[in-house]
Amino acid sequence: MSANEFYQLRVNGKTHQVQDSWVGESLLYVLRERLGLPGTKGACEQGECGSCTVLMDDAAVCACLVMAATAINSEIVTVEGITTESALTDVQQSFVDEGAVQCGFCTPGLIVAVHHLLEKNPQPSEFEVKEAISGNICRCTGYGRVFAAVEATIRSRNAVK
Amino acid sequence: MATSSTVTKPRDILGTSALRPDGAHKVQGSFEFTSDMHAENMLWGATLRSPHPYARIVSIDTSAARALSGVQCVITASDVPGKPTYGLISSDQPVFAREFVRYMGEPVAAVAADHPETCRRALALINVVYEVLNPLTDPEDAVSGAHDPIHPDGNVIRHQRIIRGDQTATGPIVVEGEYVIGMQDQAFLGLEAALAIPDTDGLGVHLHVATQWLHEDLSQISACLDLPAEKVRLTLGGVGGAFGAREDISLQVHCCLLALKSGRPIKMQYSREESFFGHVHRHPATIFMRHHADSNGKIVKIDARFVFDGGAYTSTSPAVLINGITHTQGPYKCDNATVDGYAVRTNNPPCGAMRGFGVVQACFAHESQMDKIAAAVGKSPVEIRLINAMVTGDPLITGQVMESVAPVARCITETDAIPLPQPLGTTVNELALPGGSGLTASRSNIIRGIGWGVSMKNLMYSEGFDDYATARCTLADGVASLKFATSEVGQGFVTLAPQIARSVLGVDEVIIEPIDTQIGSAGSTSASRQTWMSGGAVDGACRLVRERLFHHVGNLHSIDPLRLVIDGTDVIDQVGTFRISVAEASDGIEISETFEHHHRATEELDENGQGNCHTAFAFVAHRAVVDVDPELGLVKVVQIATAQDVGRVLNPLSAIGQLEGGIAQGLGLAVMEEIVMKDGKVRNPSFTDYLLPTALDAPDVVAVMIEEYEPQAPLGAKGIGEPPCISVTPAIVAAIRNAIGKDIERIPVRPQDICL
Repeated sequence: MSANEFYQLRVNGKTHQVQDSWVGESLLYVLRERLGLPGTKGACEQGECGSCTVLMDDAAVCACLVMAATAINSEIVTVEGITTESALTDVQQSFVDEGAVQCGFCTPGLIVAVHHLLEKNPQPSEFEVKEAISGNICRCTGYGRVFAAVEATIRSRNAVK
Repeated sequence: MATSSTVTKPRDILGTSALRPDGAHKVQGSFEFTSDMHAENMLWGATLRSPHPYARIVSIDTSAARALSGVQCVITASDVPGKPTYGLISSDQPVFAREFVRYMGEPVAAVAADHPETCRRALALINVVYEVLNPLTDPEDAVSGAHDPIHPDGNVIRHQRIIRGDQTATGPIVVEGEYVIGMQDQAFLGLEAALAIPDTDGLGVHLHVATQWLHEDLSQISACLDLPAEKVRLTLGGVGGAFGAREDISLQVHCCLLALKSGRPIKMQYSREESFFGHVHRHPATIFMRHHADSNGKIVKIDARFVFDGGAYTSTSPAVLINGITHTQGPYKCDNATVDGYAVRTNNPPCGAMRGFGVVQACFAHESQMDKIAAAVGKSPVEIRLINAMVTGDPLITGQVMESVAPVARCITETDAIPLPQPLGTTVNELALPGGSGLTASRSNIIRGIGWGVSMKNLMYSEGFDDYATARCTLADGVASLKFATSEVGQGFVTLAPQIARSVLGVDEVIIEPIDTQIGSAGSTSASRQTWMSGGAVDGACRLVRERLFHHVGNLHSIDPLRLVIDGTDVIDQVGTFRISVAEASDGIEISETFEHHHRATEELDENGQGNCHTAFAFVAHRAVVDVDPELGLVKVVQIATAQDVGRVLNPLSAIGQLEGGIAQGLGLAVMEEIVMKDGKVRNPSFTDYLLPTALDAPDVVAVMIEEYEPQAPLGAKGIGEPPCISVTPAIVAAIRNAIGKDIERIPVRPQDICL
C-alpha cells in the first residue's frame, strides 16, 4: 500500500497521530486498527446497523460511513470515551442489570446512542426511544430488554433529582 | 429489640437472575470479539469467490496477484495438503473449488497481504476463466432428475418417507395447501472472524475462532490440513451471535492454510456481503399438506410432501429434512400419516442450520392447516388446537412415544388468558402504524387481526447421534473452576454454568477457564441443547466434586459422608449439629473431576420413517396481534402473547431474553427477511436490502413460562432457544389473514402478497 498520509484526530478528548494511513480508510477502520480503540464495532459497512455508532461533534454517526481523513477538525467520542475507569455509567449498568446484553456486538453502539439520546432528551417518550435506537440493529434480544434498560436509566436519573 | 442491619446479597444460584459475567466488558466495549484480536507480525487474509452459480473452472492465474507489493501468498485448491473437502454430515464441500463452482460465492482462492485493501486489490488481480454452465435452481428439477447431476454425489441429498397407520383413512373435512418458505439469514451481528497463529516449527497452528462447535471444527480442519489433531488447537474467540450460521466451516481452513503457508499470523474477517455468501442459510422449502379431519375438527390423517432446497453442498440438510418431516403433525395427536420428504442439491447457496432447524418450515405449514380445519368446522383457532393437543404418552407419526412433559393445552390456554392489547385509537402516533417512520399509512385504513401458532420442537441431536458434553470442575480453597469447550455465542452459558456450581457446591466464586479444545467436546451450541447437555455435564462434574468433598470432611470429622449436605455455603450434618463452610472445608486441598453427560440413545428411522429418533421435545404457543394496511400491504406486529414450556426457569432474565429475541427473528421471517434469489444469484447480500427487525418493529411481548419439571433433563429445564422463533411466524401470518380475509401461503409475506 502507498502509505504516506499523516493527520491528527481528536478522539475522546485526546489528539491522536494517524500515520502511514491509506487515505481511503474509514473512521471505523482507523479507530479500530490504528488507534487501538476496538470498542466501536463493524457489522454492515453501510450505515444500516449502528454497531459503529460514535459521536462526531455531538452528533451520532456511523463511523463506517465517515472517511477518517475528513474527521480531522471534529471531536470524536467512542464507547471508550463514554466509559469511566471508576464504575459503569448508569446506562451501562442498566444494560447489564436489565439483560440488554447477550452476544454484546451491538452493545457499544447502543450505549453511545442511548447516552446521546438521554443527553439531548432526558425524558424521551416510548416512541422517541424507539426511533432514537432504530438505527441500531440487535439480533439477539428482540429489543425488549434494551427498552427496559433505557427506562431503568431514566427512572434512576429522575430519582436522583 | 435489637435489630441487625446486615444485608445479605442474594447468591447467584439456579433460579435467580444472575447477571452475565461478561456484561461489564461488553457495555464498555472492552470485551474482545474475535474480530478485535491481533498478533505481532500479523497479515490479513481474504477470499476470492465465484461470481457464477454454476461454472467449470478453465484456468486460474494468480501470478499478477502474487506480484503485487504487500502480498505474501496466494492459495488455491492445489495448496490444500489434506482432504480437499469438508462437511458436517457428508464431506462434499471443497475447501476451494477445483474443477467446478457450484454456487455464487463459492471460494476459489485466498490471499494473505499486509492490509485489507491490498487483499482486495490482489483478489481483483486473480484471473479465473470460467465456462459458465446452466445452473440447477429449481429444487423440483433435482427431485425429478430433469437436470444432470451437479455433483458426483447426485442431486438428491436425502429422501425419507413416513408411513404410519391407515393409509386410506379420511374424514368429512379435507383441507390442503402448498406452503412456501423463503431463505432466511441468521444475520448475527459479529461477522465471521478468525486469527490463526502458526507454530514456530511450522508443524501446527493455533486458531482463535468464533464458532458454535470447537471440536467438530477441529476434526474437519485437521483433516484438510493433513495434521494430527493435537497439532491443531482451537480457542473460542469472542462470538457475536450465531443462530446456526457458525456450525459449518467457513473461513477456518483458509485462515489456517494461509498461516501455515506464510509462516505468519493471519487474521480473516468477512464483510457483511461476504458473510451472506460465507455461511449457510435457513432452507427454503415447499411443503404440501393435506389434513383429513372428523366433523369436530379432530385430525384423522395427514398427507404431506416436503422439498427442502439444500443448495450446492450437504451441510446439515439430511438432519433438517428429518426434523421437518417428523414435525409434520406439530403438537397434535395424529395416528395416520403419509409423508414424503426430499432434501436436494441445487446451485443455490448451501443451506444448513438456523434456529428452529427444519421445524420452522413444517410449523408454518401445519399451523396454516389448523386454521383451515378450524374454519371448515366452524371452530376458533384456540378450540381447534385444544381439541387436537398432544399429551405425554401419545404416539408420534414416527411411532416414538412422547415421553417429554407435554403441556400443550396449558401453553394454549395460558396464552389465551393474556389480555389483548388496547384497540388502536383514532389518533395514534404515526410510528405505531404499519410502515412506521415511512409515515405512509393512514389510520382510517388500518385493520387489526389476531392469529395463532403452536409448535413442538425436538431438543438435542437425533437419529442415533451421541452429542455428549464434557465439563471439569476443580474445587480449591473455596473457589470452583469450570472447564468446558461449550461455545458461548451470546446465549448465556457463561452465566448459567457458575449458577450450577454455586447451587451444587455452595461456593460463591466461580472461575470459567478458557474455552478451547484442551478438554473433551461439548457438542454444538445448537438444537437448544447446551443448558441440558453442557449444563448436565457441569452439574455432573460438580456433584462428583461434592461427593469427594463430603468424604474428605467426613474422614476429618468422623461423620458418615452420606449424612453431609450443602446448606447455602456450608457443609452440614443433616442429623447432627456439625457445620463448616465450604471455603474452610476445601482449604488447602484441590478436588477435580470431569464428567461427560450423554442423553438417552436415539435410533435411525427405518424406510417407513419409524423409529425413536428424537431425544426430547419442548412446546410453545404464540398469539399475534397485527395491524395491516391492506392498500399498501404493510404490517405492524402489535403484540405477541406467548406461553412456553420451559421445564424449569434457571435464570429468568436470560429466559425472557431468549423468548423476546427468538420472537423478533420469527417476526423477521414472517414479514421482512428473505434472501432473494434469481437464477442462482443472490440479489440482496447487504443490510440495506436484507431487512431486519429494528426497535420500531419490535412488538410488545407478554410471556408466561410454563414450569413443569422435566424429569429427563439433568436440571429439570428444557432448552428454550429455538421454540420462541418457530410458531410466532405462522401466528403473525394467521393474524394478517384474519385482518384482510385473504389466504397467504408463503413467507415472508410481502406487500404485494397483501395488496395485490
